[in-house]
Amino acid sequence: MKTSRFWAWLVFAVGAAYFFIPLIATFEFSLRMRRGEYSFDAYRVVLGDSRFQETFGYSVTVAVFTILLGVFLVVPTAYWIRLRMPHLRPIVEFITLLPLVIPAIVIVFGYIRMYGSNSPLPFLGSARGTDALLVIGYATLALPYMYRAVDTGLRTIDVRTLTEAAQILGAGWATIIARVILPNVLIAVLSGAFLTFAIVIGEFTLASLLNRPAFGPYLQNIGANRAYEPAALAVIAFAITWGCMSVIQILARFAPKSANRPN
Amino acid sequence: MTQASISDPAIAARSAPPDATRGFRLPTHWLGVAPFFIFALMFLILPTLYLVIGAFQNDQGEYTLDNIRQLFLDASIRDAYWVSIKISFWSATIGAFIGLAMAIAIVRGGLPSWVRSSTMTFSGVASNFAGVPLAFAFLATLGRLGLVTVLLRGIGIDIYALGFNVLTSWGLIIVYLFFQIPLMIVIITPAIDGLKREWGEAAATLGATTWQYWRMVVIPVLWPSFLGTVILLFANSFGAIATAYAFTGSSLNIVPIKLYAQIRGDVLHNPHLGYALAFGMIVVTGLANIFYIWFRTRSERWLK
Repeated sequence: MKTSRFWAWLVFAVGAAYFFIPLIATFEFSLRMRRGEYSFDAYRVVLGDSRFQETFGYSVTVAVFTILLGVFLVVPTAYWIRLRMPHLRPIVEFITLLPLVIPAIVIVFGYIRMYGSNSPLPFLGSARGTDALLVIGYATLALPYMYRAVDTGLRTIDVRTLTEAAQILGAGWATIIARVILPNVLIAVLSGAFLTFAIVIGEFTLASLLNRPAFGPYLQNIGANRAYEPAALAVIAFAITWGCMSVIQILARFAPKSANRPN
Repeated sequence: MTQASISDPAIAARSAPPDATRGFRLPTHWLGVAPFFIFALMFLILPTLYLVIGAFQNDQGEYTLDNIRQLFLDASIRDAYWVSIKISFWSATIGAFIGLAMAIAIVRGGLPSWVRSSTMTFSGVASNFAGVPLAFAFLATLGRLGLVTVLLRGIGIDIYALGFNVLTSWGLIIVYLFFQIPLMIVIITPAIDGLKREWGEAAATLGATTWQYWRMVVIPVLWPSFLGTVILLFANSFGAIATAYAFTGSSLNIVPIKLYAQIRGDVLHNPHLGYALAFGMIVVTGLANIFYIWFRTRSERWLK
């Protein structure tokens, strides 16, 4: 037992070193901008850069719209599948997994060819339309995570009884979904939302190929032209990812644990 | 509250339970899922089909296999697929073995419980920390001025003089491990939890050595989920582009970067060859996922 514990510690320590050394190195590098001493100059330069503020703001806006679109698409569908059409479940699950199978770059390639300015649906004909297509693309990429989160949330509540109770009280479908189902799966929806946010905020491929001024292409551009700022941006990006994941962990503690309690 | 009574005719007429009215409202049944299916069709299935069909057509719109044949004949494309597959294979395999070792260490190694919970939390973060910032982190670590490079030079080991360069496919494999290992840990830990203590005790009662217990119980139970996850990691890195692009620009010849350049400016001088390139990516990741699902169903037999 003692030797096995030694090996376990060793494996853990080597693994931890692989993960922490790059993080420490990045942080150290980001402090090196001023010659001969450590300073937060790189962060000051980055945070003061108007292009940073613009692209970051743009990506946050896109992320919010993506989350709204995702919720609007996934919650009613997952609810309806659970309530009325369980036979469609395998098909819907298969579709929600497709974005993991088809690489993002292929999906956006298809968009560019299908929705160009000469097509019947010219999304790419205007900047607003391209923004919309970007949001749609991100909602597609986030579909597997959003659907799984919401479906897990629905499993923990008694959808049928809640629906019948709401119907007896005279609620229509929109009221049932917005005021009965959504509040009950809010924690699940929020974890899906934060995961979506973490995915969207620094995404590069779609934003770059659709030529939108998002945070991901900005990061790439800074990386190609500057020395210390990229390290500072990497630290900031890691902090954002860490923040999103922590929120999801905290939310998980509030989520109801057992499904369909007896009685 | 009297208003909410079912016997109130106004309310009863407003919204009857759908079951009672199913016979004559059948099509509205589908309205609930229609937005989802229309969305999936328009923004997932049709754009993909458009490329797939385009891969089998020529400029005149006639059906042909020339584009697919060209994928194998064009040395630069063949090379790109080969490098991509090599990078994905090694990052998946190495990531899987290290991830498995770490998962076994935190589940079975008798380490304190905070080690396990903090590893799982960190894995959740690191498996989502990919893309452009990850490339920056490794340039700051193993680049020519990176911390590790500088520290090693300080003790007399110049890794760049020894032929190491982070901007190569092996450098990229090291970088990809940063999200591959955590992903392996996240997925395989429940499978290791599924190894019941009783099996170890039963094996010991029957006189098995530790080695026999591993060879005849642990490995056969774990290998489907292990292989399945390796394949998932493979697909995961095969489609990734942002890290590689931020890392090496367009100098590294891998399929996603080639496709990126093709979308940007038709570098292959043949749009339909571009579709074929995309089709090839779908085939590789699609095959990988079919194997993943197959292994997954095999592994679920043991992990109930």
